[in-house]
Amino acid sequence: MQALTNRSKVVAKKEMTFIEKLYLPAIFSGMIITFKHFFRRKPTIKYPEQIRPFSGVYRGQHVLKRDENGAERCTACGLCAVACPAEAITMISAERKPGEENLYREEKYAATYEINMLRCIFCGDCEDACPKEAIFLTERKVDSLYTRNELIFGKDILVESRENPIDLSKRQTPQVKEFKHHKEFAHNVVFEKKK
Amino acid sequence: MTLGFLIYKIIFVLIIFAITLLVATYSTYAERKIAAFLQDRIGPDRAGPFGILQPLADAVKMFMKEEMIPSVSNRMLFIIGPGVCMLTACMTGVVIPWGPAMNIGGKVYPLQITDLNIGVLYLFGVVSLGVYGIMIGGWASNNKFSLLGAIRASSQMISYEVAMGISIIALVMTTGTLSLGQIAADQPGMHWNVFIQPLGFLIFIICAFAETNRAPFDLPECETELVGGYHTEYSSMKLGFFLFAEYINMFISSAVISTFYFGGYNMPFIARFVHDPNWLAVLGFVFLFTKISFFIFVFMWVRWTLPRFRYDQLMNLGWKILIPLSILNLLITGGWMMRSEILHFFIK
Repeated sequence: MQALTNRSKVVAKKEMTFIEKLYLPAIFSGMIITFKHFFRRKPTIKYPEQIRPFSGVYRGQHVLKRDENGAERCTACGLCAVACPAEAITMISAERKPGEENLYREEKYAATYEINMLRCIFCGDCEDACPKEAIFLTERKVDSLYTRNELIFGKDILVESRENPIDLSKRQTPQVKEFKHHKEFAHNVVFEKKK
Repeated sequence: MTLGFLIYKIIFVLIIFAITLLVATYSTYAERKIAAFLQDRIGPDRAGPFGILQPLADAVKMFMKEEMIPSVSNRMLFIIGPGVCMLTACMTGVVIPWGPAMNIGGKVYPLQITDLNIGVLYLFGVVSLGVYGIMIGGWASNNKFSLLGAIRASSQMISYEVAMGISIIALVMTTGTLSLGQIAADQPGMHWNVFIQPLGFLIFIICAFAETNRAPFDLPECETELVGGYHTEYSSMKLGFFLFAEYINMFISSAVISTFYFGGYNMPFIARFVHDPNWLAVLGFVFLFTKISFFIFVFMWVRWTLPRFRYDQLMNLGWKILIPLSILNLLITGGWMMRSEILHFFIK
Protein backbone atom coordinates (compact mmCIF):
# COMPACT_ATOMS: atom_id res chain seq x y z
CA MET A 1 0.00 0.00 0.00
CA GLN A 2 1.25 3.43 -0.84
CA ALA A 3 1.81 5.73 2.09
CA LEU A 4 -0.49 8.75 2.21
CA THR A 5 2.25 11.03 3.42
CA ASN A 6 6.01 10.97 3.67
CA ARG A 7 5.95 12.78 7.01
CA SER A 8 4.55 9.95 9.08
CA LYS A 9 6.64 8.91 12.06
CA VAL A 10 6.96 5.40 13.37
CA VAL A 11 5.97 5.44 17.02
CA ALA A 12 8.21 3.20 19.05
CA LYS A 13 6.57 2.25 22.33
CA LYS A 14 9.75 1.28 24.07
CA GLU A 15 10.40 1.01 27.78
CA MET A 16 11.76 4.19 29.26
CA THR A 17 15.35 4.12 30.40
CA PHE A 18 16.19 4.76 34.04
CA ILE A 19 17.18 8.36 33.36
CA GLU A 20 13.91 8.97 31.55
CA LYS A 21 11.96 7.37 34.37
CA LEU A 22 13.48 9.85 36.80
CA TYR A 23 11.62 12.61 34.90
CA LEU A 24 13.91 15.18 36.50
CA PRO A 25 16.08 15.86 33.39
CA ALA A 26 12.92 16.31 31.33
CA ILE A 27 11.46 18.61 33.98
CA PHE A 28 14.61 20.73 34.11
CA SER A 29 14.90 21.01 30.34
CA GLY A 30 11.25 22.05 30.21
CA MET A 31 11.83 24.66 32.86
CA ILE A 32 14.82 26.01 30.97
CA ILE A 33 12.64 26.37 27.88
CA THR A 34 10.01 28.37 29.75
CA PHE A 35 12.73 30.43 31.42
CA LYS A 36 14.09 31.39 28.01
CA HIS A 37 10.63 32.58 27.06
CA PHE A 38 10.64 34.78 30.14
CA PHE A 39 13.20 37.08 28.51
CA ARG A 40 11.85 37.04 24.99
CA ARG A 41 10.57 40.18 23.35
CA LYS A 42 6.82 40.23 23.78
CA PRO A 43 4.85 40.62 20.56
CA THR A 44 1.96 42.31 22.39
CA ILE A 45 0.61 45.50 20.85
CA LYS A 46 -0.88 47.78 23.51
CA TYR A 47 -3.93 48.57 21.51
CA PRO A 48 -5.38 51.95 22.35
CA GLU A 49 -1.94 53.56 22.59
CA GLN A 50 -0.33 51.57 19.82
CA ILE A 51 -2.15 50.92 16.57
CA ARG A 52 -0.91 48.51 13.95
CA PRO A 53 -0.43 50.07 10.51
CA PHE A 54 -3.43 49.57 8.28
CA SER A 55 -3.23 48.36 4.74
CA GLY A 56 -3.74 51.15 2.21
CA VAL A 57 -6.83 49.38 0.94
CA TYR A 58 -8.35 48.59 4.35
CA ARG A 59 -12.11 48.50 3.97
CA GLY A 60 -13.70 50.50 6.79
CA GLN A 61 -16.48 53.05 7.03
CA HIS A 62 -17.91 54.30 3.74
CA VAL A 63 -17.69 57.81 2.39
CA LEU A 64 -19.83 59.55 -0.23
CA LYS A 65 -17.45 61.74 -2.19
CA ARG A 66 -17.97 65.23 -3.50
CA ASP A 67 -16.49 66.39 -6.79
CA GLU A 68 -13.86 69.11 -7.17
CA ASN A 69 -16.54 71.83 -6.90
CA GLY A 70 -17.98 70.38 -3.75
CA ALA A 71 -21.12 68.87 -5.32
CA GLU A 72 -22.23 65.38 -4.34
CA ARG A 73 -21.24 62.81 -6.96
CA CYS A 74 -23.94 60.26 -6.13
CA THR A 75 -26.82 60.13 -8.62
CA ALA A 76 -28.90 57.54 -6.75
CA CYS A 77 -28.66 55.05 -9.61
CA GLY A 78 -28.97 52.19 -7.13
CA LEU A 79 -26.18 50.05 -8.58
CA CYS A 80 -24.48 49.87 -5.20
CA ALA A 81 -27.69 48.66 -3.58
CA VAL A 82 -28.00 46.01 -6.28
CA ALA A 83 -24.38 44.95 -5.88
CA CYS A 84 -24.60 44.80 -2.11
CA PRO A 85 -24.62 41.14 -1.05
CA ALA A 86 -25.81 42.01 2.44
CA GLU A 87 -28.62 44.33 1.24
CA ALA A 88 -27.38 47.00 3.57
CA ILE A 89 -27.86 50.00 1.28
CA THR A 90 -31.16 51.83 0.70
CA MET A 91 -31.75 55.17 -0.96
CA ILE A 92 -34.48 57.48 -2.19
CA SER A 93 -33.73 59.54 -5.26
CA ALA A 94 -34.87 63.05 -6.00
CA GLU A 95 -34.62 65.48 -8.90
CA ARG A 96 -32.29 68.43 -8.74
CA LYS A 97 -34.11 71.79 -8.76
CA PRO A 98 -32.69 74.87 -10.50
CA GLY A 99 -30.23 76.67 -8.25
CA GLU A 100 -28.92 73.47 -6.63
CA GLU A 101 -26.13 72.93 -9.17
CA ASN A 102 -23.46 73.58 -6.59
CA LEU A 103 -24.98 70.92 -4.29
CA TYR A 104 -25.51 68.03 -6.68
CA ARG A 105 -23.38 67.17 -9.67
CA GLU A 106 -26.10 65.75 -11.93
CA GLU A 107 -29.86 66.12 -12.41
CA LYS A 108 -30.72 63.29 -10.05
CA TYR A 109 -29.43 62.88 -6.54
CA ALA A 110 -29.96 60.78 -3.42
CA ALA A 111 -32.42 62.46 -1.07
CA THR A 112 -31.70 59.84 1.54
CA TYR A 113 -28.86 57.34 1.47
CA GLU A 114 -28.61 54.87 4.30
CA ILE A 115 -26.16 52.07 5.01
CA ASN A 116 -26.98 49.68 7.79
CA MET A 117 -23.60 49.13 9.41
CA LEU A 118 -24.85 46.03 11.19
CA ARG A 119 -25.66 44.38 7.87
CA CYS A 120 -22.66 45.66 5.93
CA ILE A 121 -19.92 43.09 5.49
CA PHE A 122 -17.37 45.62 4.16
CA CYS A 123 -16.79 43.68 0.95
CA GLY A 124 -16.33 46.80 -1.17
CA ASP A 125 -18.68 45.67 -3.94
CA CYS A 126 -20.52 49.02 -3.75
CA GLU A 127 -17.23 50.75 -4.50
CA ASP A 128 -16.70 48.49 -7.53
CA ALA A 129 -20.24 48.93 -8.75
CA CYS A 130 -20.38 52.71 -8.54
CA PRO A 131 -20.18 54.29 -12.04
CA LYS A 132 -19.75 57.82 -10.66
CA GLU A 133 -16.87 57.17 -8.23
CA ALA A 134 -19.10 58.41 -5.48
CA ILE A 135 -18.86 55.73 -2.79
CA PHE A 136 -15.63 54.43 -1.31
CA LEU A 137 -14.62 52.44 1.73
CA THR A 138 -12.04 54.20 3.86
CA GLU A 139 -9.50 53.38 6.53
CA ARG A 140 -11.81 54.76 9.24
CA LYS A 141 -13.27 52.21 11.63
CA VAL A 142 -16.98 52.16 12.41
CA ASP A 143 -17.58 53.17 16.01
CA SER A 144 -19.28 50.86 18.46
CA LEU A 145 -22.66 52.29 19.32
CA TYR A 146 -25.39 51.32 21.71
CA THR A 147 -28.58 50.97 19.63
CA ARG A 148 -29.42 49.43 16.28
CA ASN A 149 -30.91 52.65 14.96
CA GLU A 150 -27.71 54.55 15.63
CA LEU A 151 -25.90 52.12 13.39
CA ILE A 152 -27.96 52.95 10.32
CA PHE A 153 -25.72 55.67 8.92
CA GLY A 154 -27.44 58.36 6.85
CA LYS A 155 -26.09 61.06 4.60
CA ASP A 156 -25.15 63.22 7.59
CA ILE A 157 -22.41 60.74 8.47
CA LEU A 158 -21.57 59.27 5.08
CA VAL A 159 -21.11 62.38 2.91
CA GLU A 160 -17.70 63.91 3.33
CA SER A 161 -17.52 67.47 4.53
CA ARG A 162 -16.36 70.20 2.17
CA GLU A 163 -13.75 71.37 4.66
CA ASN A 164 -11.94 68.07 5.23
CA PRO A 165 -12.32 65.85 2.22
CA ILE A 166 -11.29 62.24 2.74
CA ASP A 167 -7.97 61.41 1.12
CA LEU A 168 -8.29 58.46 -1.23
CA SER A 169 -4.89 58.66 -2.91
CA LYS A 170 -3.84 55.33 -1.46
CA ARG A 171 -6.73 53.37 -2.92
CA GLN A 172 -7.45 55.53 -6.01
CA THR A 173 -4.08 55.04 -7.68
CA PRO A 174 -3.73 55.75 -11.42
CA GLN A 175 -3.68 52.00 -12.06
CA VAL A 176 -6.98 51.54 -10.28
CA LYS A 177 -8.51 54.44 -12.19
CA GLU A 178 -7.29 53.01 -15.47
CA PHE A 179 -8.73 49.63 -14.57
CA LYS A 180 -12.08 51.17 -13.70
CA HIS A 181 -12.38 52.81 -17.11
CA HIS A 182 -12.57 49.40 -18.77
CA LYS A 183 -15.84 48.16 -17.44
CA GLU A 184 -15.58 45.05 -19.60
CA PHE A 185 -12.82 43.82 -17.29
CA ALA A 186 -14.76 42.49 -14.41
CA HIS A 187 -12.31 41.08 -11.90
CA ASN A 188 -13.16 37.48 -12.53
CA VAL A 189 -13.06 37.93 -16.31
CA VAL A 190 -9.51 39.19 -16.09
CA PHE A 191 -8.70 36.29 -13.90
CA GLU A 192 -10.02 33.84 -16.46
CA LYS A 193 -8.11 35.50 -19.28
CA LYS A 194 -4.89 35.22 -17.34
CA LYS A 195 -5.47 31.53 -17.02
CA MET B 1 6.43 38.68 81.20
CA THR B 2 6.60 42.45 81.20
CA LEU B 3 4.22 44.83 79.48
CA GLY B 4 6.95 45.95 77.10
CA PHE B 5 7.54 42.38 76.05
CA LEU B 6 3.83 41.91 75.43
CA ILE B 7 3.60 45.08 73.33
CA TYR B 8 6.66 44.09 71.33
CA LYS B 9 5.16 40.67 70.65
CA ILE B 10 1.81 42.12 69.61
CA ILE B 11 3.44 44.63 67.28
CA PHE B 12 5.68 41.95 65.82
CA VAL B 13 2.74 39.58 65.27
CA LEU B 14 0.83 42.36 63.51
CA ILE B 15 3.83 43.18 61.33
CA ILE B 16 4.30 39.54 60.33
CA PHE B 17 0.58 39.19 59.68
CA ALA B 18 0.59 42.31 57.51
CA ILE B 19 3.68 41.16 55.62
CA THR B 20 2.12 37.74 55.06
CA LEU B 21 -1.03 39.28 53.64
CA LEU B 22 0.92 41.77 51.54
CA VAL B 23 3.16 39.07 50.09
CA ALA B 24 0.17 36.85 49.38
CA THR B 25 -1.63 39.75 47.68
CA TYR B 26 1.30 40.57 45.50
CA SER B 27 1.87 36.88 44.79
CA THR B 28 -1.37 36.96 42.80
CA TYR B 29 0.05 39.83 40.79
CA ALA B 30 3.39 38.05 40.43
CA GLU B 31 1.62 34.87 39.41
CA ARG B 32 -0.20 36.62 36.59
CA LYS B 33 2.88 38.56 35.49
CA ILE B 34 5.16 35.50 35.55
CA ALA B 35 2.57 33.38 33.77
CA ALA B 36 2.31 36.06 31.13
CA PHE B 37 6.06 36.43 30.70
CA LEU B 38 6.58 32.68 30.46
CA GLN B 39 3.95 32.63 27.72
CA ASP B 40 5.35 35.60 25.76
CA ARG B 41 2.66 37.96 26.98
CA ILE B 42 2.98 41.06 29.17
CA GLY B 43 0.23 40.39 31.69
CA PRO B 44 -1.84 42.95 33.58
CA ASP B 45 -0.50 46.45 32.97
CA ARG B 46 -3.55 48.73 33.08
CA ALA B 47 -4.15 49.35 36.80
CA GLY B 48 -1.40 51.75 37.77
CA PRO B 49 2.15 51.69 36.38
CA PHE B 50 2.96 48.13 35.20
CA GLY B 51 -0.35 47.04 36.72
CA ILE B 52 0.94 47.47 40.27
CA LEU B 53 -2.57 48.18 41.56
CA GLN B 54 -4.02 45.04 39.98
CA PRO B 55 -4.30 43.12 43.31
CA LEU B 56 -6.30 46.04 44.70
CA ALA B 57 -8.66 45.90 41.76
CA ASP B 58 -8.97 42.13 42.19
CA ALA B 59 -9.76 42.54 45.88
CA VAL B 60 -12.44 45.14 45.16
CA LYS B 61 -13.88 42.84 42.52
CA MET B 62 -13.93 39.92 44.96
CA PHE B 63 -15.70 41.95 47.64
CA MET B 64 -18.25 43.39 45.23
CA LYS B 65 -19.29 40.04 43.79
CA GLU B 66 -22.62 38.58 44.73
CA GLU B 67 -22.44 36.29 47.74
CA MET B 68 -24.03 32.95 46.95
CA ILE B 69 -24.74 30.17 49.42
CA PRO B 70 -26.40 27.13 47.80
CA SER B 71 -29.73 26.35 49.44
CA VAL B 72 -28.84 22.65 49.68
CA SER B 73 -25.51 23.30 51.35
CA ASN B 74 -24.73 22.96 55.03
CA ARG B 75 -24.75 26.67 55.72
CA MET B 76 -22.56 26.84 58.79
CA LEU B 77 -19.86 24.49 57.49
CA PHE B 78 -20.00 26.25 54.14
CA ILE B 79 -18.98 29.48 55.86
CA ILE B 80 -16.48 27.84 58.22
CA GLY B 81 -14.58 26.10 55.37
CA PRO B 82 -12.71 29.08 53.89
CA GLY B 83 -12.25 30.48 57.39
CA VAL B 84 -10.42 27.36 58.54
CA CYS B 85 -8.31 27.43 55.40
CA MET B 86 -7.30 31.02 56.01
CA LEU B 87 -6.73 30.53 59.73
CA THR B 88 -4.40 27.56 59.37
CA ALA B 89 -2.56 29.30 56.55
CA CYS B 90 -1.90 32.35 58.75
CA MET B 91 -0.99 30.29 61.83
CA THR B 92 2.04 28.66 60.27
CA GLY B 93 4.07 31.86 60.13
CA VAL B 94 4.41 31.90 63.91
CA VAL B 95 7.45 29.63 64.24
CA ILE B 96 9.47 30.93 61.32
CA PRO B 97 12.62 32.83 62.31
CA TRP B 98 12.58 35.99 60.21
CA GLY B 99 16.04 37.12 61.22
CA PRO B 100 18.69 36.95 63.95
CA ALA B 101 17.81 38.65 67.24
CA MET B 102 17.88 42.44 67.42
CA ASN B 103 19.53 44.24 70.29
CA ILE B 104 17.94 47.57 71.14
CA GLY B 105 18.87 49.40 74.37
CA GLY B 106 20.43 46.34 75.97
CA LYS B 107 17.34 44.23 75.41
CA VAL B 108 17.26 41.30 73.01
CA TYR B 109 14.36 41.15 70.61
CA PRO B 110 14.25 37.88 68.64
CA LEU B 111 12.75 38.27 65.17
CA GLN B 112 10.60 35.21 65.63
CA ILE B 113 7.13 35.24 67.11
CA THR B 114 7.79 32.20 69.24
CA ASP B 115 10.71 29.79 69.15
CA LEU B 116 8.84 26.62 70.07
CA ASN B 117 11.19 23.80 70.94
CA ILE B 118 8.85 21.57 68.92
CA GLY B 119 8.49 24.08 66.07
CA VAL B 120 8.71 21.44 63.35
CA LEU B 121 5.94 19.41 64.94
CA TYR B 122 3.78 22.51 65.36
CA LEU B 123 4.31 23.37 61.70
CA PHE B 124 3.26 19.89 60.67
CA GLY B 125 0.22 19.89 62.88
CA VAL B 126 -1.05 23.18 61.50
CA VAL B 127 -0.29 22.27 57.90
CA SER B 128 -2.23 19.03 58.27
CA LEU B 129 -5.15 20.98 59.72
CA GLY B 130 -5.21 23.00 56.49
CA VAL B 131 -6.86 20.13 54.67
CA TYR B 132 -9.88 20.42 56.97
CA GLY B 133 -10.81 23.76 55.45
CA ILE B 134 -10.82 22.27 51.98
CA MET B 135 -12.57 19.11 53.15
CA ILE B 136 -15.29 20.98 55.06
CA GLY B 137 -15.80 23.47 52.23
CA GLY B 138 -16.02 20.77 49.57
CA TRP B 139 -18.34 18.58 51.61
CA ALA B 140 -20.64 21.40 52.74
CA SER B 141 -21.17 22.55 49.14
CA ASN B 142 -23.29 19.46 48.53
CA ASN B 143 -21.99 19.22 44.99
CA LYS B 144 -20.35 16.19 43.43
CA PHE B 145 -17.50 18.14 41.88
CA SER B 146 -16.74 19.87 45.16
CA LEU B 147 -16.85 16.60 47.06
CA LEU B 148 -14.54 14.94 44.55
CA GLY B 149 -12.13 17.85 44.81
CA ALA B 150 -12.22 17.67 48.59
CA ILE B 151 -11.61 13.93 48.61
CA ARG B 152 -8.73 14.33 46.23
CA ALA B 153 -7.27 17.10 48.36
CA SER B 154 -7.43 15.09 51.55
CA SER B 155 -6.05 11.87 50.09
CA GLN B 156 -3.29 13.80 48.33
CA MET B 157 -2.32 15.63 51.49
CA ILE B 158 -2.31 12.45 53.55
CA SER B 159 -0.17 10.62 51.01
CA TYR B 160 2.38 13.36 50.65
CA GLU B 161 2.58 14.25 54.32
CA VAL B 162 4.11 10.84 55.00
CA ALA B 163 7.00 11.35 52.60
CA MET B 164 7.40 14.93 53.77
CA GLY B 165 7.50 13.87 57.39
CA ILE B 166 10.11 11.18 56.79
CA SER B 167 12.29 13.58 54.81
CA ILE B 168 12.02 16.02 57.71
CA ILE B 169 12.96 13.30 60.21
CA ALA B 170 16.22 12.84 58.31
CA LEU B 171 16.79 16.60 58.56
CA VAL B 172 16.00 16.61 62.26
CA MET B 173 18.45 13.75 62.75
CA THR B 174 21.28 15.80 61.26
CA THR B 175 20.38 19.07 62.99
CA GLY B 176 19.48 17.44 66.29
CA THR B 177 16.73 19.92 67.09
CA LEU B 178 13.03 20.49 66.41
CA SER B 179 13.23 24.24 66.93
CA LEU B 180 13.16 26.26 63.72
CA GLY B 181 15.18 29.05 65.28
CA GLN B 182 17.93 26.58 66.16
CA ILE B 183 17.80 24.98 62.70
CA ALA B 184 18.28 28.41 61.09
CA ALA B 185 21.03 29.41 63.51
CA ASP B 186 22.90 26.15 62.86
CA GLN B 187 23.44 27.02 59.19
CA PRO B 188 25.84 29.97 59.28
CA GLY B 189 27.65 31.04 56.13
CA MET B 190 27.39 28.43 53.45
CA HIS B 191 26.69 25.48 55.79
CA TRP B 192 23.23 25.06 54.36
CA ASN B 193 21.34 21.87 55.01
CA VAL B 194 20.66 21.41 51.31
CA PHE B 195 24.28 20.28 50.88
CA ILE B 196 23.86 17.76 53.68
CA GLN B 197 20.40 16.57 52.65
CA PRO B 198 20.07 17.01 48.86
CA LEU B 199 17.72 14.06 48.42
CA GLY B 200 15.69 15.13 51.43
CA PHE B 201 15.39 18.60 49.94
CA LEU B 202 14.14 17.20 46.63
CA ILE B 203 11.50 15.08 48.39
CA PHE B 204 10.53 17.98 50.62
CA ILE B 205 10.04 20.45 47.77
CA ILE B 206 7.98 17.95 45.74
CA CYS B 207 5.80 17.31 48.80
CA ALA B 208 5.54 21.05 49.41
CA PHE B 209 4.11 21.45 45.92
CA ALA B 210 1.59 18.73 46.67
CA GLU B 211 0.72 20.15 50.09
CA THR B 212 0.00 23.61 48.71
CA ASN B 213 -2.15 22.13 45.92
CA ARG B 214 -0.03 23.79 43.30
CA ALA B 215 0.56 22.54 39.78
CA PRO B 216 1.58 19.88 38.85
CA PHE B 217 -0.36 18.58 41.86
CA ASP B 218 -3.40 20.85 41.60
CA LEU B 219 -5.82 17.97 41.26
CA PRO B 220 -8.24 19.18 43.97
CA GLU B 221 -9.13 22.18 41.85
CA CYS B 222 -8.37 21.01 38.34
CA GLU B 223 -10.62 23.00 36.06
CA THR B 224 -10.66 20.50 33.23
CA GLU B 225 -12.19 17.69 35.25
CA LEU B 226 -13.88 19.18 38.29
CA VAL B 227 -15.02 22.65 37.16
CA GLY B 228 -13.39 24.36 40.15
CA GLY B 229 -12.88 21.43 42.49
CA TYR B 230 -13.63 22.09 46.14
CA HIS B 231 -14.46 25.76 45.55
CA THR B 232 -16.91 25.25 42.68
CA GLU B 233 -19.86 26.58 44.70
CA TYR B 234 -18.00 29.45 46.32
CA SER B 235 -18.27 33.03 45.23
CA SER B 236 -17.23 36.48 46.36
CA MET B 237 -14.70 36.79 49.18
CA LYS B 238 -15.24 33.20 50.37
CA LEU B 239 -13.69 32.09 47.09
CA GLY B 240 -11.15 34.83 47.60
CA PHE B 241 -10.22 33.32 50.97
CA PHE B 242 -9.61 29.90 49.43
CA LEU B 243 -7.42 31.37 46.71
CA PHE B 244 -5.71 33.68 49.17
CA ALA B 245 -4.98 30.82 51.57
CA GLU B 246 -3.23 29.02 48.74
CA TYR B 247 -0.93 31.98 48.21
CA ILE B 248 -0.23 32.32 51.92
CA ASN B 249 0.57 28.61 52.03
CA MET B 250 2.93 29.12 49.14
CA PHE B 251 4.66 31.98 50.94
CA ILE B 252 4.97 29.99 54.15
CA SER B 253 6.23 26.89 52.30
CA SER B 254 8.85 29.04 50.63
CA ALA B 255 9.85 30.41 54.02
CA VAL B 256 10.02 26.89 55.47
CA ILE B 257 12.07 25.58 52.55
CA SER B 258 14.47 28.53 52.95
CA THR B 259 14.73 27.98 56.70
CA PHE B 260 15.10 24.21 56.61
CA TYR B 261 17.44 23.82 53.66
CA PHE B 262 18.80 27.18 52.53
CA GLY B 263 20.12 28.71 55.71
CA GLY B 264 17.11 30.88 56.53
CA TYR B 265 18.39 34.38 57.19
CA ASN B 266 22.07 33.35 56.80
CA MET B 267 24.17 34.55 53.91
CA PRO B 268 27.76 33.53 53.19
CA PHE B 269 30.55 36.04 53.94
CA ILE B 270 28.20 38.61 55.45
CA ALA B 271 29.71 38.30 58.94
CA ARG B 272 33.02 39.60 57.54
CA PHE B 273 31.58 42.93 56.45
CA VAL B 274 28.82 43.65 58.95
CA HIS B 275 29.41 43.35 62.68
CA ASP B 276 26.55 45.33 64.21
CA PRO B 277 23.92 42.74 65.27
CA ASN B 278 21.03 45.06 64.40
CA TRP B 279 22.25 45.53 60.86
CA LEU B 280 22.82 41.80 60.65
CA ALA B 281 19.21 41.28 61.69
CA VAL B 282 17.90 43.69 59.06
CA LEU B 283 20.11 42.17 56.37
CA GLY B 284 19.10 38.67 57.48
CA PHE B 285 15.47 39.64 57.04
CA VAL B 286 16.23 40.91 53.54
CA PHE B 287 18.18 37.74 52.67
CA LEU B 288 15.36 35.54 53.88
CA PHE B 289 12.90 37.46 51.76
CA THR B 290 15.15 37.18 48.73
CA LYS B 291 15.22 33.42 49.20
CA ILE B 292 11.47 33.31 49.76
CA SER B 293 10.85 35.37 46.60
CA PHE B 294 13.04 33.00 44.66
CA PHE B 295 11.09 29.98 45.87
CA ILE B 296 7.76 31.66 45.17
CA PHE B 297 9.08 32.27 41.67
CA VAL B 298 10.02 28.58 41.43
CA PHE B 299 6.50 27.62 42.52
CA MET B 300 5.04 29.73 39.71
CA TRP B 301 7.70 28.74 37.21
CA VAL B 302 6.88 25.06 37.76
CA ARG B 303 3.16 25.72 37.56
CA TRP B 304 3.42 27.29 34.15
CA THR B 305 5.83 24.67 32.83
CA LEU B 306 4.59 21.25 33.87
CA PRO B 307 1.30 19.57 33.00
CA ARG B 308 -0.94 18.21 35.75
CA PHE B 309 -0.51 14.65 37.01
CA ARG B 310 -3.17 12.04 36.47
CA TYR B 311 -4.65 10.85 39.73
CA ASP B 312 -3.11 7.35 39.61
CA GLN B 313 0.26 8.86 38.69
CA LEU B 314 -0.03 11.13 41.70
CA MET B 315 -0.68 8.20 44.01
CA ASN B 316 2.10 6.15 42.38
CA LEU B 317 4.57 8.96 42.84
CA GLY B 318 3.55 9.51 46.43
CA TRP B 319 3.39 5.97 47.74
CA LYS B 320 5.68 3.97 45.47
CA ILE B 321 8.48 6.46 44.83
CA LEU B 322 8.65 9.28 47.33
CA ILE B 323 8.02 7.25 50.49
CA PRO B 324 10.61 4.52 49.67
CA LEU B 325 13.04 7.25 48.62
CA SER B 326 12.54 9.16 51.84
CA ILE B 327 13.02 5.97 53.88
CA LEU B 328 16.21 5.31 51.90
CA ASN B 329 17.31 8.85 52.68
CA LEU B 330 16.56 8.23 56.34
CA LEU B 331 18.64 5.02 56.32
CA ILE B 332 21.57 6.68 54.55
CA THR B 333 21.49 9.59 56.98
CA GLY B 334 21.39 7.24 59.94
CA GLY B 335 24.17 5.12 58.48
CA TRP B 336 26.36 8.17 57.93
CA MET B 337 25.80 9.40 61.45
CA MET B 338 26.65 5.97 62.85
CA ARG B 339 29.59 5.46 60.48
CA SER B 340 32.27 5.15 63.18
CA GLU B 341 30.23 2.63 65.17
CA ILE B 342 29.49 0.60 62.05
CA LEU B 343 33.13 0.67 60.99
CA HIS B 344 34.14 -0.28 64.48
CA PHE B 345 31.72 -3.21 64.40
CA PHE B 346 33.20 -4.61 61.20
CA ILE B 347 36.88 -3.81 61.71
CA LYS B 348 37.05 -4.25 65.46
